[in-house]
Amino acid sequence: MNAAPDSAVDVRAVSKRFGALAAVDQMSFSVRQGEIFGLVGPDGAGKTTSMRMLASVMRPDTGGILIDGVDVLADPELAKQHVSYMPQRFGLYEDLTVDENIRFYADLFEVPDKVWRERALRLLAASGMTPFGKRLAGQLSGGMKQKLGLTCALVHAPRVLLLDEPTTGVDPVSRREFWQILYALRAEGVSMVISTAYLDEAERCDRLALLHQGRIMYCDTPRKLKQGMPGAIILVTSAQPRPLLEVVQGIDGVEGVLLVGDGIHIHVDDAECRLPQLAQAIAASGQTAGGIRQIEPTVEDLFVALLERRQQTP
Amino acid sequence: MKIRRIVAIGRKETLQVLRDPRSLTIALLLPLMQMFMLGYGVNLDVKHIPLCVLDQEGNQRSQDLLKRFAASRYFDLYKVAASIAEVRHEIDGGACRIAIVVPAGFSRKLVDQGAATVQLLVDGTDSNTATIAAAYAGSVVAAYSGEVQLQAIQRRGGQIQTLTPVAVQARVWFNEDLESSYFIIPGVVALVMAIVGAQLTSLTIAREWERGTMELMVSTPVTPMELMLGKLSPYFVLGLVDAGICLALAVGWFEVPFHGTLPTLFFTTSLFLSVVLCIGYYVSVSIRSQVGASQVALILTMLPTTLLSGFSFPIDQMPALVQDITYLVSARYYVTILKAIFLKGATVSELAVPIFSLTAYAIVLVVLAARAFRKTLD
Repeated sequence: MNAAPDSAVDVRAVSKRFGALAAVDQMSFSVRQGEIFGLVGPDGAGKTTSMRMLASVMRPDTGGILIDGVDVLADPELAKQHVSYMPQRFGLYEDLTVDENIRFYADLFEVPDKVWRERALRLLAASGMTPFGKRLAGQLSGGMKQKLGLTCALVHAPRVLLLDEPTTGVDPVSRREFWQILYALRAEGVSMVISTAYLDEAERCDRLALLHQGRIMYCDTPRKLKQGMPGAIILVTSAQPRPLLEVVQGIDGVEGVLLVGDGIHIHVDDAECRLPQLAQAIAASGQTAGGIRQIEPTVEDLFVALLERRQQTP
Repeated sequence: MKIRRIVAIGRKETLQVLRDPRSLTIALLLPLMQMFMLGYGVNLDVKHIPLCVLDQEGNQRSQDLLKRFAASRYFDLYKVAASIAEVRHEIDGGACRIAIVVPAGFSRKLVDQGAATVQLLVDGTDSNTATIAAAYAGSVVAAYSGEVQLQAIQRRGGQIQTLTPVAVQARVWFNEDLESSYFIIPGVVALVMAIVGAQLTSLTIAREWERGTMELMVSTPVTPMELMLGKLSPYFVLGLVDAGICLALAVGWFEVPFHGTLPTLFFTTSLFLSVVLCIGYYVSVSIRSQVGASQVALILTMLPTTLLSGFSFPIDQMPALVQDITYLVSARYYVTILKAIFLKGATVSELAVPIFSLTAYAIVLVVLAARAFRKTLD
């Protein structure tokens, strides 16, 4: 095996069809050593299919995948030695305890007894799971299940970690803890591919690929992607943001509106010129608005803007 | 192949079995129930056939003949009819399977002409029982006419040796009482083992696909052979417990004589168990849903075992083509082996042919079942 190739993951023109549907279409990207790479997109964009092919539990129709220098198609079993995969659906045994699950995966990867025990103690402590060793996995909360999944995935010290929507259905506190663990792993030199439908989470990645209908639309760092976005974002805070949507839609210069938790994001061509215009329109409509100001675009704004542009120029 | 992975999968599977009391209870109760149902349900003995008699003569001689029928353990006198219409009614209604009609003038004909006839009416809807009943009735009548002939000769002052010149002294080996349960029960054991064995493993892979645990399993370096051996090991132990229950019932409850040795029984049972566990596993690998796998496993084991193993229908009376097909039914060998061990006390060397066949069968299935497993989701 090659010693530490430049790319932890190398995906070359991979395609996968299910009947008439092209789930993944000519996908190419590479992940550097020690990088957190995000596959970001809505449901049905091809995230899970991509992750499965990287984990070599599904074979691409065409194209090639190298993981840590190992050709996944030529020798999937060798590739599996260095990879850990966390499927989207909880893949552990709910009728086994936390400790039993960890031991099972340590055995499957033939981790020496002393090594995995020490490692499991450390991992459980890091995720605050130490008191739950004897608890059945099925009785854990969603967040704890994911932390257990991560612990099992890490017990053989993989060089590449594949996480398919690991924080879906997990509470915000557990999500933050989860990401802290991922950052710690990155510091140890573990490379990661993580798929997510949460765009706020995508910003935590070092680089990301925006997926739409099986194709990579853009691939760069979150900052560069946002810089490359034309126009600006204006935030209007409101306790009842929904009626505001109709008010601002159709005003000159407004290219898109996005409903967020505490208000709306308005995508405009130019902030300086449009901001007073919008404030006036909202005041005239009689709707209550807390405040109006320009903000840095989020990945979510970026995604919506990119989709809109794509639809306008088919 | 790594022992550690096999042990890990075996341990995991054992924990899951032990933590699922419902499935465990079914695995242990199913053979018990099936042994009782099939052990009592299948009985090929023809005894106590309900009999109807019509005596149109009504004297000493005719009554003498009819008494012999009533005294036989093959017939139970159910009805003494007064007319031929009544006889017809009994047979049509299914109350009686056989009727004897002694015609008027029976005694006179017997004395004057030295020959008389009685009428035998048999319900032929169940041809097997009808044939046997008619044969029994024939022998009762034959015994009677022999005596009548002897008396007639003696009365005419003739000297006669009362010995039959050539007599058959029949002795049935291995099942001296010709109890059908003695050869049926070992067959029932084979049937129950086939059904239960395949059921045990039919869910094991399908369950992991349904619960989503297989996706993670196939992303590890585990090999199909390791997975299979690990998965089968706890069910092999459970299957041996089931075999113990069945065999203990056969000897302890159904009182089938056991002339063989326990090691022979254990060895051959392990072989057969391996075969049926692999059948269940193969089905589970091929059909990724629990309900479907369970149904297919049931059909694949129960039908051939019932019809083609020689357990209920003798193989040498089947058409040649069907006889050839029975060689593909693993239970055929086990039924042969079990009958031989139970009734003849056969040893491993005497059973070399069926044991070899079963071994070959097991090896082929292990390889097929392991190969059928694909470590991909497509």
